[in-house]
Amino acid sequence: MDLSSLTRKSEHEWWIPPTGGMRVPGVIYGSAALVRDMDEKVREQVTHVAMLPGIQRASYAMPDAHWGYGFPIGGVAAFDPREGGVVSAGGVGFDISCGVRTLHTGLGAGDVEPLVARLAQELSRSVPAGVGSRGRIHLDDRELDAMLEGGARWAVERGYGVEADLDRIEEHGRAAGAAPSAVSPRARRRQQDEMGTLGSGNHYLELQRVAAIYDDAVARAFGVSLDDVVVSIHCGSRGLGHQIGTEFLRDMAASAPRFGIVLPDLELACAPVDSEIGQRYLGAMRAGINCALANRQIITHLLRKAFATAAPRAALTLLYDVSHNTCKLETHTVDGRAKPVFIHRKGATRSLGPGHPDIPAALRDVGQPVLVGGTMGTESYILVGTPESERLSFSSSCHGAGRAMSRTQALRTWKGRQVIDELAARGIVVRSPSPRGVAEEAPGAYKDVSAVVDAAHAAGLSRKVARLVPLVCVKG
Amino acid sequence: MGRAFQARHANPKGSRHNKCVAAWEHFAHDADIGVVGTGATRAEAFRQAALALVAVVTDPAGVRPLESVSITCRASSDELLLVEWLNAVIYEMAVRGMLFGEFSVDITDEELRATARGEPVDVARHEPAVEVKGATLTALEVREGPGGWRAQCVVDV
Repeated sequence: MDLSSLTRKSEHEWWIPPTGGMRVPGVIYGSAALVRDMDEKVREQVTHVAMLPGIQRASYAMPDAHWGYGFPIGGVAAFDPREGGVVSAGGVGFDISCGVRTLHTGLGAGDVEPLVARLAQELSRSVPAGVGSRGRIHLDDRELDAMLEGGARWAVERGYGVEADLDRIEEHGRAAGAAPSAVSPRARRRQQDEMGTLGSGNHYLELQRVAAIYDDAVARAFGVSLDDVVVSIHCGSRGLGHQIGTEFLRDMAASAPRFGIVLPDLELACAPVDSEIGQRYLGAMRAGINCALANRQIITHLLRKAFATAAPRAALTLLYDVSHNTCKLETHTVDGRAKPVFIHRKGATRSLGPGHPDIPAALRDVGQPVLVGGTMGTESYILVGTPESERLSFSSSCHGAGRAMSRTQALRTWKGRQVIDELAARGIVVRSPSPRGVAEEAPGAYKDVSAVVDAAHAAGLSRKVARLVPLVCVKG
Repeated sequence: MGRAFQARHANPKGSRHNKCVAAWEHFAHDADIGVVGTGATRAEAFRQAALALVAVVTDPAGVRPLESVSITCRASSDELLLVEWLNAVIYEMAVRGMLFGEFSVDITDEELRATARGEPVDVARHEPAVEVKGATLTALEVREGPGGWRAQCVVDV
């Protein structure tokens, strides 16, 4: 991106002044190097989002922003229905409520070292992953409805986990206002064999060691110490979410002219929050969030069983679960007034500062954990929400490294076997049914997650707490 | 495997009828991947685009045409018909646990009728790289030029 076309407000904050049809400015967070490396398409997409009806304050892009469809990935935008505000299927994306869950294992690196091979075997055997994989849980229509209404709470009630898990999930494991009736038969059918599956692409299951602590007090509150071993899950709402996204993207693109909405890009497909299709999408999208939360809860159950076999001393408890593709009704301050707005976070993590009532009581004094996944060869981070993130970005931060190289280019550059061998030499065990998938996900195909996290920290979107390095990575 | 079918992929069967080359290829997108089909007719370009879609997952030449699935879709424009078509292929592969290696496609007015032929996913043989979540409206284009038809969009993986 051409930096000269932006107004630099501070070291890590770049503005696109409102021109043409923009109702608000665009704001991009990141170091000069990160923003310079962003595609010009990010600027175009941030600008287009700023043109949508009812948008509040600004159209934001996080430090890991990259070219998405309609909204940039790493985009954040809030809309007020009383000002004609919209809800956008393109602003949430296909993988509704894709997110990261991190669990303590109660084990240290020394405990795990002799068990790594066994754990890698058990983890990859226990959680179905990859194209064509099937879950072992099949839901009839009534149970599917209950799952879509209940999310992780439904899963816990069916024996996949414990009540204490729910306290450590956004919205206590259940998005209110889900409407299973708004989920089409095709979306339901697409989910019939996919409960408790990991998926493919950038989704993973990772055993990680805490390699650095940046904030002792917050790490203590999170229950994280140097050399602890944790396990993280990155996945979303599977086929059901993908189908909901597909159908509403099409239907909202078709209905936009009816509402007098001019779409600068068809992919910005949206509808007024208060319209019939807007409400139907919210109901379906919340059902999709519940599907993702139930899915990560079932995978947690499978992990606990795997650990019971391979490392019986382990006790898996939730650190936290974040979703980074959502639209949520939240209260934020706009022009000095607190008001309810619909926040779209597409490839962005909620980042609530200390004291927020939606943070679990045990963590409320320090802030919400912000879990940022890296690549299988590098590192992941635990951050914490800041008081200023509300003012800066409607309490949002980055979500991952973001790709630096297309899949095509990655496949031309690496072979899967070579990537697996190189990582093995560095002590990282990769298990995947697809060498080609591994090549496309090679660490070098991604941006430097540390640079992204440093920028989020420096900009004040969230603050670094701990760095995690992979020991075992299970990919789809 | 992998490298060969990431390059532009000409299909002699399609090129027999016209000087226009029936082919598919991929184009780069930051997070996802673009699929392109070209051909002498709109139907041929759509057929090639579906092969490009399969090639995101696996080499279509390695998929045996053991089972047939009928697909019908409609849309009010060529562009939206392409998205509907690719989404129908994605859906059928997902719910059937199949990969397709061959397609026959007919388009009349706003309706597309197709037969997809393939087999259940065999992880060891197909080495499937990634699931496709959906076809997007990004870089969406269906047009007839001097060299024939071109149909393309970005798919989310």
